[in-house]
Amino acid sequence: MGGALTWLTTGSNWSGSGGVWARLLEHLRYTGIAMAIALVIALPLGALIGHTGKGVAAVSGVANAFRALPTLGVLIVLTLWAFDNLKGSLTFLAPSIAVLVVLAIPPMLSNTYAGIAAVDPAARDAAKGMGMTGGKVLTAVEIPVALPLILSGIRSAYLQVVATATIAAVIGLGGLGRFVLDGQKQQDYAEMVAGAILVALVAIIGDRIIALIGRLVVSPGISGRRVREKAATLETVPPT
Amino acid sequence: MRWDWLARNAPQIWDYLLQHAWLAASATLLGLVIALPLGALASRYSWTYPPLTTLAGLLYTIPSLALFVVLPGLLGTRILDPINVVIALTIYTVALMVRVVADALASVPELVRQSALAMGYRPLRSLITVQLPLAVPVIGAGLRVAAVSNVSLVSVAALLGVPQLGSLFTQGLQLDFATPIVAGIVLSLALAVVFDAIILLAIRIGTPWARAVRS
Repeated sequence: MGGALTWLTTGSNWSGSGGVWARLLEHLRYTGIAMAIALVIALPLGALIGHTGKGVAAVSGVANAFRALPTLGVLIVLTLWAFDNLKGSLTFLAPSIAVLVVLAIPPMLSNTYAGIAAVDPAARDAAKGMGMTGGKVLTAVEIPVALPLILSGIRSAYLQVVATATIAAVIGLGGLGRFVLDGQKQQDYAEMVAGAILVALVAIIGDRIIALIGRLVVSPGISGRRVREKAATLETVPPT
Repeated sequence: MRWDWLARNAPQIWDYLLQHAWLAASATLLGLVIALPLGALASRYSWTYPPLTTLAGLLYTIPSLALFVVLPGLLGTRILDPINVVIALTIYTVALMVRVVADALASVPELVRQSALAMGYRPLRSLITVQLPLAVPVIGAGLRVAAVSNVSLVSVAALLGVPQLGSLFTQGLQLDFATPIVAGIVLSLALAVVFDAIILLAIRIGTPWARAVRS
């Protein structure tokens, strides 16, 4: 443990193309790209499913199956496929991003539709009674009310993605996982632990930031309800 | 798929499967055993609920690979020790189950608890013989999630060299050969299904009244 602190406080470990700053930026880039793609797919789809109530059974079944899928195996299989079919930097990047997106979608999707489906029917009826169209009900009533759950889905997705971006170093990708795996190869336990601590910090800090955003964007009339925390319990899975 | 490779390596794969099952199962059981009293505490004394669940949420934000790597330094174990994997997954299981147990116990109707007290049950006996059995379906649902995610998390430990089904993934990568990886994924999924079925069966046996009502 002490060795890791020494490693982290050594300036030369932070600079250069293999330094902490560069690896941190890589890690955040992979995470950001994957989260953005997953958000664009999962949020509209989840809103649609929650609003219409169609396809819930299919989606929840698929989401449960994904929970059991070993990420590491899927990542490696995709990479072996990419070796034969893709060229250049895409060989490593495409399978990694694909796995991260696939991991991020289920929690976002299921929390979005569950949150929207759980909106009090009376509120929905009142909005309709006021003459709102279906789309207006969705954007002005259902999404704001479901926002806490949607955000908690985004949080679990983020944790999964950050953790798995570490594993992606196995197939030659950069990011903070490099320190863990290179440290292991060179029997440098201090470097491994330093990498692990950095990943944990990125996970915790990002999680807090999303929680903070949630506090700012969720309407005060809705936040602070224990109901939503209870509903969120089963959507939380340990990060890979 | 190269079936001959699978046939030649069957004993090794079987060993990996047993090791994988053993790691995931012991962490799930250990986590449940630790979470039960903590969850009961959180439901009995409401002031302990926020700190316990916050701590649980915080533990969840630590990626498993990071936990596998850091634990040996904290515990004084060797990095290849399977015990690190069991402890890390036990931590996740406890983190998930404390809240589930607390909420499950809180969902038992207050009248039931008062009836038990009125019949002369002491609080502890009422908790163990009345409230806990009634909370079994909810606790079981949480345990299914924990068990299945434990099965998929164990494979990450292959990156450190702890042998189990995940070792098939790293082997496949080194050999540039998909067969062991596909076998590992299929066996891992199958193991998750078996664990899920065992817990479902346990819930069924543990709640005989639910069947009586249904039929």
